[in-house]
Amino acid sequence: MTGTVLTNTVMILGMAAITVFVKAALFVLGDRVVFPPLLKQALGFVPVTVLTAIIVPMILAPNGEGLELTWRNPQLVGALAAVLVCVVTGKQLLTIAVALGVFLAWQLGVLA
Amino acid sequence: MTRRSSFAAGARDTLPMVIGAAPFGVIFGTLVAAGPLAAWQGQLMSLSVYAGSSQFIALGLVAGHAGLAVIWLTTLIVNLRHALYAATLLPHVAHLPARWRWALGFFLTDETFAVMAGYYARHPRAPLGHWYFLGSCLSMYANWQVWTLVGLLFGAAFPQLQSLGLDFAMVATFIAIVVPQLASLPNFAAAVAAGTVAYLGQDVPYKLGLMAAVLAGVTVGMALQRWRSGGLEAGRREEEAA
Repeated sequence: MTGTVLTNTVMILGMAAITVFVKAALFVLGDRVVFPPLLKQALGFVPVTVLTAIIVPMILAPNGEGLELTWRNPQLVGALAAVLVCVVTGKQLLTIAVALGVFLAWQLGVLA
Repeated sequence: MTRRSSFAAGARDTLPMVIGAAPFGVIFGTLVAAGPLAAWQGQLMSLSVYAGSSQFIALGLVAGHAGLAVIWLTTLIVNLRHALYAATLLPHVAHLPARWRWALGFFLTDETFAVMAGYYARHPRAPLGHWYFLGSCLSMYANWQVWTLVGLLFGAAFPQLQSLGLDFAMVATFIAIVVPQLASLPNFAAAVAAGTVAYLGQDVPYKLGLMAAVLAGVTVGMALQRWRSGGLEAGRREEEAA
């Protein structure tokens, strides 16, 4: 092993150790972790906030080049279809299927 | 529900995310093949680090000759959101044997968190929920390994992958998980706040925009919840007084 290969391997294993720590520490502590009621209440909002925060930029600026509030943005059209189907039917699988269908039709059909 | 069917259901419900993550696995492998890391090190990173964003960022830092300390600190910051996921899911796994908690922690990703948040919202006390969790984890993990390898071996053959937009499968699934929870006003306001801050902060490095968005959303949601319950209590006091 040359010096760089060794350094890079050490880098990767260090990254792995850090990531495992961040991901697993709380799970491993398990029952020994007791959250105060205020924090519990706060954690209740994590799913809805983090999932929204991940997808909003992907929908509104899919190419990372600023706002694309236009019918020519397939991510936006597909997302609107998903919200509509989900609100009307409440069916998860149908929502995903229709949204993907609209997205692909837009991408490959309407805009092609 | 048996262990096996629960495991299979978890893998099945993760399928859209598996499709969405595939191109990124290939792109990661391709970038490794074109960069200073050896191919086996790229696979080692997918196997041991197993956190997409930080893997991509590390490649960029290595190419820019960043030092180990910078790369490790960046890894810590970029992956910090997983601690939030673990804290949120902890009540559902705290009772499991230690080997289960190690495994489910190691395999935690954005996608599996989304699937599990949706699952536990529908089945808060599922006795075999950890098998469903493991099914989601292992399908994502196997998928990431396979597509990393494909990218390492044949990446140069797929130059246009990113423009396919397969990550929309993830967007669609997240919408299907989030929308049913927006019926409550505090949740709705929290989502609006988080989405706004995430959009405004999308260019902030190290996923700190995402963390700021969660913080803003949680704050707004809690403020509304307290204001409402405060209002209810005041109403009750008035009734009692009357």
